[in-house]
Amino acid sequence: MEHTLITFTLGAIVSFAIFMYVLLDGFDLGVGIMFPFIKNQHHRQTMVEAIVPVWDGNETWLVLGGATLYGAFPVVYSTILPTLYLPIIIMLAALVFRGISFEFMVNAKRSRGLWEFFLSFGSLIAGFCQGLVLGTFVRGFSKNGVLISSEHYHWFTPFSVATGLAVVCGYVLLGSTWMVRKTEGELQDSMYAKAKKAMVAVFVSMLIVSLWTPYVDPDIIKRWFTIPNFYILLPLPLLALAAFIVLYRSLQRRAEHVPFYASMCIFLFAYIGFAMSVWPYIIPHVTTIWEAAAPFKAQVFILCGLLVLVPVLCVYTAYSYYVFRGKVKPGEAHY
Amino acid sequence: MDHLSVLLSRIQMAVTLTMHIIWPSINIGLALFICIMEAAWLKTKNPLYLKICKYWMKIFALAFGMGVVSGVVMSYELGTNFGQFTNAIGEVLGSLFVYEVLTAFFVEAGFLGVMLFGWNRVSPKMHFLATFMVMFGTFFSAFWIMSANSWMQTPAGTHVAANGKFVIDTWMGTIFNPSFYHRFTHMVLASYLTCTFFIAGISAWYILKQRHLDVAKTCFSFAMWAAILFAPIQILIGDTVGLAVHQYQPLKTAAIEGVWDTQLGAPLLLFAIPDSKQEKNLFPIKIPHGAALINTHQWDGKLIGLKSVPPQDRPVVLTTFFGFRIMVGIAVLFFFMGVVGLWHRYKKTLYDRKWFLYACTWMTPFGIFATISGWFVAETGRQPWVVYNLLRTTDGASKLAPEQVGISLTAFILIYTMAISFFVYYFLKLVKKGPDATGDAEKEPPVIGYMHGTGE
Repeated sequence: MEHTLITFTLGAIVSFAIFMYVLLDGFDLGVGIMFPFIKNQHHRQTMVEAIVPVWDGNETWLVLGGATLYGAFPVVYSTILPTLYLPIIIMLAALVFRGISFEFMVNAKRSRGLWEFFLSFGSLIAGFCQGLVLGTFVRGFSKNGVLISSEHYHWFTPFSVATGLAVVCGYVLLGSTWMVRKTEGELQDSMYAKAKKAMVAVFVSMLIVSLWTPYVDPDIIKRWFTIPNFYILLPLPLLALAAFIVLYRSLQRRAEHVPFYASMCIFLFAYIGFAMSVWPYIIPHVTTIWEAAAPFKAQVFILCGLLVLVPVLCVYTAYSYYVFRGKVKPGEAHY
Repeated sequence: MDHLSVLLSRIQMAVTLTMHIIWPSINIGLALFICIMEAAWLKTKNPLYLKICKYWMKIFALAFGMGVVSGVVMSYELGTNFGQFTNAIGEVLGSLFVYEVLTAFFVEAGFLGVMLFGWNRVSPKMHFLATFMVMFGTFFSAFWIMSANSWMQTPAGTHVAANGKFVIDTWMGTIFNPSFYHRFTHMVLASYLTCTFFIAGISAWYILKQRHLDVAKTCFSFAMWAAILFAPIQILIGDTVGLAVHQYQPLKTAAIEGVWDTQLGAPLLLFAIPDSKQEKNLFPIKIPHGAALINTHQWDGKLIGLKSVPPQDRPVVLTTFFGFRIMVGIAVLFFFMGVVGLWHRYKKTLYDRKWFLYACTWMTPFGIFATISGWFVAETGRQPWVVYNLLRTTDGASKLAPEQVGISLTAFILIYTMAISFFVYYFLKLVKKGPDATGDAEKEPPVIGYMHGTGE
C-alpha cells in the first residue's frame, strides 16, 4: 500500500517535471522557431530579450525530468533512451546549438545573423525531435512486450512525423502568446497574427493526432470508447475544446494574458489525455509504472528530497519570473 | 560489431566529459570570486569592485551557457550509450542525480537570470543573494557529482543483487564512500586553481598592455594570494588522493607510475613511454625509490605491477601515465608561480616583472589542461571497470548499431569543436574590450548596444 502510494506520487512528480519542461521550454523554443518569419531586426532583438533571462532555467526542467525519471524508474530511463537513440541525441545537439547561440549572440556583431539562424534552427529541430520521441513512445513498442529496436529507424514514421509537427505548432502557439504578453505595438500585432495561425494549426494537428492514435493502437480505442470510461474521460476533450474557444475569443478581443494561459490549458488537457491513454504503462505495452518502480528504500530517499525541494524550486522559479515581469524593456538584457 | 559500438560510445563519452569539465572548473572558482567581489562592493561601496564583478560576470555567463548545454547532453548520454550501466546502478546514481539537480543544478539556473540580468530590477542585497545561490549551486553540484564518481571508483554501502543490480545498504556509506573526501576536495581546489590562473593570466595581460590597470592590479593581486594559498594545499591533497588510489586501486597506481613488475622501492619515472605490447617502458628517466616513496610513504614500499593481471584486466596505461605527469607538472608550476608572486609582493615589484606577467598570460588555460589530464588519470585508470572491480565498461554499454553511434560521435566532435572555437573567439573579444565596455554604450548602434548596458 505504502509502496503503491509512493510510486504513484513519484510518477506524478516525474510527469509534473516533464510537463513543466514542455510548457516553459516550449514557449522559448516557440519564440526561437518564429525567428525567420520576423523581418525587423529590432523585433528579433526584443524576442531574444524576452526569453534570455529564463531560457536556461526552463531547460533545467528537462534535466529534472530526466533525473527523477532515472531515480524513480531506472529501467525506463535505461530502456527508452537507447531505443530512441538518434532522435534524443539530435534533440540534445539541437539544444546545444540553441544554448550557445544565446551566449554568443550577446557578444556578436557581424556574425549575429549566424547565431540567429542557429537559435531558430536549433529550436525547430529540438521541438520536432521531442515530437518524434512522443510519437514513437506511443507507437514504437510492440504488443508482445518486445521493443521494436531491431529496426533502427522505427522512430521515423508518418505518425511520429505528425506528432513532431504537432509539437512544433504547439510550441509556436505558446511562443507567440508569450510574446503577446511581453511586447507592445507593431511586434505585438504580428504576434497576435502568428498566434491565430498557430491556433488553427494546433487545432488541426491535435485533431489528426487524436484520431490517428487509436488507429495505431487498438488498446487506446478500448480505453476511450468503452462505456464507463467514455463518460469519465469525456470532460477532457470538452475542456480542451473550451480552452480553444477561450483562446480564439481572447485573441479576437486582443486580451494580453488570457491567450497564453488558454494555450497552457490546451497543453495540459492534451498531456492528461495522453497520460490517460497509456496508464498504467510507463513504457506502453511493456512495463507498468508498478513494475518499473525503483526499490522501496531508494524511492523513500528520493521522495524526501523531492517533497521538500520541488516546492522550494517552484518558489524561486516563480520569483525569477516575477522579477522579469512586464513588457520587455529594450536594452535591459545585458550584464 | 558490438565491440565497435562500445568503443565508439566510450570515445563519445570521453569527448563529452572532456568538453563538459572545462566549464565547471572555470565556473566553480569564478562564482566564488564574483561572490567575494560583490560582497566587497556591498561592504565598501567602492565602485571598482562592482566593475570587477560585472566584467567577470560576462565571462562567467559565456562559460556557464557552455556548461549547461554540455551538462544536459551528458546527463542523457549516460542513458543512451550506457543503458546497462545506468540500469544496474540506477538506485545509486539515480538518487544522487536527483539530489544534484534539486540542490545544485536548479539552484544555479534559477538564480542565474537574476544574477545576470537583474541588476536594475532587484535591490543590491537581493542581487548578492542570487549571486551567492549561484555560487552555492556550483559548489554543491561538484559535491554530488564527485560523490557519484567516487562511488564508481570505490563502491561502498551497496551490494550486488542476484539480478545484477546494485542495492543500497546505507546511504551514508554510499555518498561518503572511501575516496569521496579526498577527491571532492581535490576537484574543488582544482577548480579554484584553474580559475585563479585564469584570472591571473588575463589581468597580467592587461598590466602588460597598461590597460584597465585598476581592475587588473586588484585581480592580479587577489589571484596571486589565491595561488600561494591553494597550490600547496592542492599538492598535499593530491598526495592523499594518491595514497587512496594505491590502497583501493593498486593497478591504477601501477599505470600512473608505469610499474610493470611488482616490486619494492619502485623508481619514479620523470619521463618514459610505456609500451603495452612489450610490457616495458621505453626511454625512462628515473629517480630511484621515488614512486614507492610517493605512493606508500616508505622507502622500500611495495607497488603491484601491471603484469600481475592479464592484459584485459589492465587500465589504459598511456593516458593514465601521461595524464598524471601533465597534471602534476602543472601543479608544481602553479606552486612555483605562487612563490614567485609572493617574493615579488614582498619586494613590491608584483606588477613590474615582464617575464612573470608574460608567463602568467601564457598559463591562462593551464588549469583547464591540468583538470582534464587529472580526469583522464581517474577515468582511464579505472578501466576496464565502470564500477571498480564489479562491473565492466563493456558490460555497461548499450547495444547500439555502430553507424548510429558513429553519426552521433561525428556530430558531437564537429559541434563541440565549433562551440569551443567560437567560445575562444568571443572570450578573446570580451577580454580585448575589457571591463570598461559597460561605460561606452552610447557609441554603439542601438541594436548591438543593448548588451553594453544602455540602461546603465
